[in-house]
Amino acid sequence: MTPEEILQSLAGRFGDKVASGKSPGNGRVFAVVDREHVRPILAHLRDDPALAMDMLSDVTVVDHLRLEDPLVRERFAVVYQLYSLRHNHRFQVKARVPQDDPSAPSVFDLWKSALWGEREAYDMYGVEFEGNPDMRRLLMPEDYPGFPLRKDYPLRGRGERDSFPQYRPPRGAT
Amino acid sequence: MGIEKIFGQSLITTSVNAVVSWARKNALWPMPFGTACCAIEMMATLSGRYDLSRFGAEVIRFSPRQSDLMIVSGRISIKMMPVLIKIYEQMPEPKWVISMGACASSGGVFDTYTLVQGVDQFLPVHVYIPGCPPRPESLIDALLKIQEIAV
Amino acid sequence: MTAAKTTQTPAEAAGSANLSPREVEKLYKTQAQDPAYTGAPAEPRFFLSEEAEDELGGKRMVLNMGPQHPATHGTLRVLLELEGEKIVRADTEIGYLHTGFEKLAEYMTYHQWVTVTDRMNYMSAINNNVGYALAVEELLQVEVPRRAQVLRVILCEVSRLADHILCCGLQGMDMGAFSLMLWSFERREKIYDIIEAVCGARLTTSYTRIGGIFRDVPEDFPQLIKKLLEEFPRFLDEFEEMAIGNRILEDRLRGTGRIPPQDAVSWGLTGPILRASGVPYDVRKARPYLGYDRYEFDVPTQADGDSWARLMQRLAECRQSLRIIEQALADLPDGPVCVENKKIALPDKAEVFDNIESLIHHFKLIMFGHGTAPPRGAETYYATEAPNGELGFYIVADGDMIPYKIRVRPPSIYNYAIFTKLICGGLVSDAVAVLSSLNVIAGELDR
Repeated sequence: MTPEEILQSLAGRFGDKVASGKSPGNGRVFAVVDREHVRPILAHLRDDPALAMDMLSDVTVVDHLRLEDPLVRERFAVVYQLYSLRHNHRFQVKARVPQDDPSAPSVFDLWKSALWGEREAYDMYGVEFEGNPDMRRLLMPEDYPGFPLRKDYPLRGRGERDSFPQYRPPRGAT
Repeated sequence: MGIEKIFGQSLITTSVNAVVSWARKNALWPMPFGTACCAIEMMATLSGRYDLSRFGAEVIRFSPRQSDLMIVSGRISIKMMPVLIKIYEQMPEPKWVISMGACASSGGVFDTYTLVQGVDQFLPVHVYIPGCPPRPESLIDALLKIQEIAV
Repeated sequence: MTAAKTTQTPAEAAGSANLSPREVEKLYKTQAQDPAYTGAPAEPRFFLSEEAEDELGGKRMVLNMGPQHPATHGTLRVLLELEGEKIVRADTEIGYLHTGFEKLAEYMTYHQWVTVTDRMNYMSAINNNVGYALAVEELLQVEVPRRAQVLRVILCEVSRLADHILCCGLQGMDMGAFSLMLWSFERREKIYDIIEAVCGARLTTSYTRIGGIFRDVPEDFPQLIKKLLEEFPRFLDEFEEMAIGNRILEDRLRGTGRIPPQDAVSWGLTGPILRASGVPYDVRKARPYLGYDRYEFDVPTQADGDSWARLMQRLAECRQSLRIIEQALADLPDGPVCVENKKIALPDKAEVFDNIESLIHHFKLIMFGHGTAPPRGAETYYATEAPNGELGFYIVADGDMIPYKIRVRPPSIYNYAIFTKLICGGLVSDAVAVLSSLNVIAGELDR
């Protein structure tokens, strides 16, 4: 099925909860949903035998601070890339996440690859995923004070690279 | 040097010193602290074609307690830097450091929030090798320079 | 951060930047005793069980395979909770090589970021270059000339050979068979000779450009590839004889790290690991790009899904890559290697210095405000088959010549997420076997 057909079947099933997004230039279509409806829609994408998206290729977050998008009216959009091995089709779903409450439901129980995908999204953007059993930082040090890939975080950081923890030799050693 | 402590003032140790330092400089045991792409070039230098063991650096010990030359190859992030310092301090004296590649010497292409802009801010570096990654011949040249300054 | 900040390097504190290395060393020795040199390294929370925390009566021991370890797979940290030699729980920590590639992408142009893609999977840099270039070309809806496509295919497959044999060699070395690693490196040197003849660099190639490739190959390129095609099968035969005939290697690798196919799909594994578990998913067959559907090759799979199967899988894929290279070399047409659209591709350097139009196009592509700019709001997710699995680039554009967001979907991170589950219940030495079979490349894992 092409992405347009998948979008049509989703719209037929979920109605106006699914908005249809299109990328200018190359014409890719994807679905944009609210975060409350992410879990039922993704579960339907996985379980429906005609769609059968059995692999979650990637989870990431787009920070729309400087790129206003009329479909994604909030600041963050969690992007899920889905793939079906059985039918060999791909699909992309975006979920809106507001800035003042940056959290989204986790899809770890649907696909295990969400475990680390969501950890990295949290690490880089600060979007928490409720239901993920391992919500820690993945790449940055555990007590890093910022979320690096947000648009308001500077490239060179805010001095963290000059003041990371130094090594203290154990008591009694020279 | 440790030799003088044993014999004290009753022995002239210059010639022994010369012998000891000749042995030491021709059998430097490197400790490869390889993180990224430069580590692959370092492994290539240690392999068959550009054989570093011709110059004495054959015994590659990943244990810092048994090595005297640390080759920092690859980019060092702020998470890795305490580890690097800890390992450097575990190496026994005398020890030398080669900073291999642009990222270890100065941060390289990556002037970002997470990369240390040169390990020489935290370690004393004896030889810097520019390049991204440097050719194996550069690493051999660096080793020869260390042999010149190794006493 | 809770640590105290040392505001000066010791050399600056000593008042001179011209100290000899010996004197600088003396400074550091005193610094270690200096109470101002403080700050404990932050110990992350790890999921250790109560038995391990109880030191007096606990039978369990926590072993730290720290970020610096003899396995040459980069900077990973694995914490093992052991009962005797059996692993009861495991946890892992990555991020020791995190460099912020994706953040850099928001400050560099599309053309400049090609150099950064090399440094991700540095074993096979050309695959990363090609994957990125294809993603941007899909965004711009431009098709590269046929000669550039075939050359990209040939070099991708050569790079894939280099990556696979190095992984197999390192798998051998981690099990103690050191000769396998030396053989792999020698064979890699011969592949480096080809890559160096083509683009000048051994490892970090930056060979592709948006719209084509950097420059055309030298005249003796077909001979170089033919020599590779003659020698490589013999090398593979010898390697297989060494590996399969080695009873110790087989005993250590067989049965460890078995991944059932449903788990493999659910965990998002791709590449040789998925195919070694029996699932025949290859992006080159499923979503052909660069004309891969014109070449005839198989997608081998194995039944077991353990470390031994992954070793055999990579060797089998090497043979398929040789088939593709042979067919592609026969298929190599003449023609330009870069697309003619001057709004996208940098013109040839010789023309820039001779021709006023080329100079103007070069200027417009390099100076800010002009240049290669996909439409605002355009986005794409483009996946190619890297040696480790599905390498995807998710690019969001905002109408400027600097991308808005580039997300790299590295195969290594999803391949590595399953590691702690795989080694529980096994022995410590099996953990090393499984780690080396997953081919985790830290540059790609951490970016």
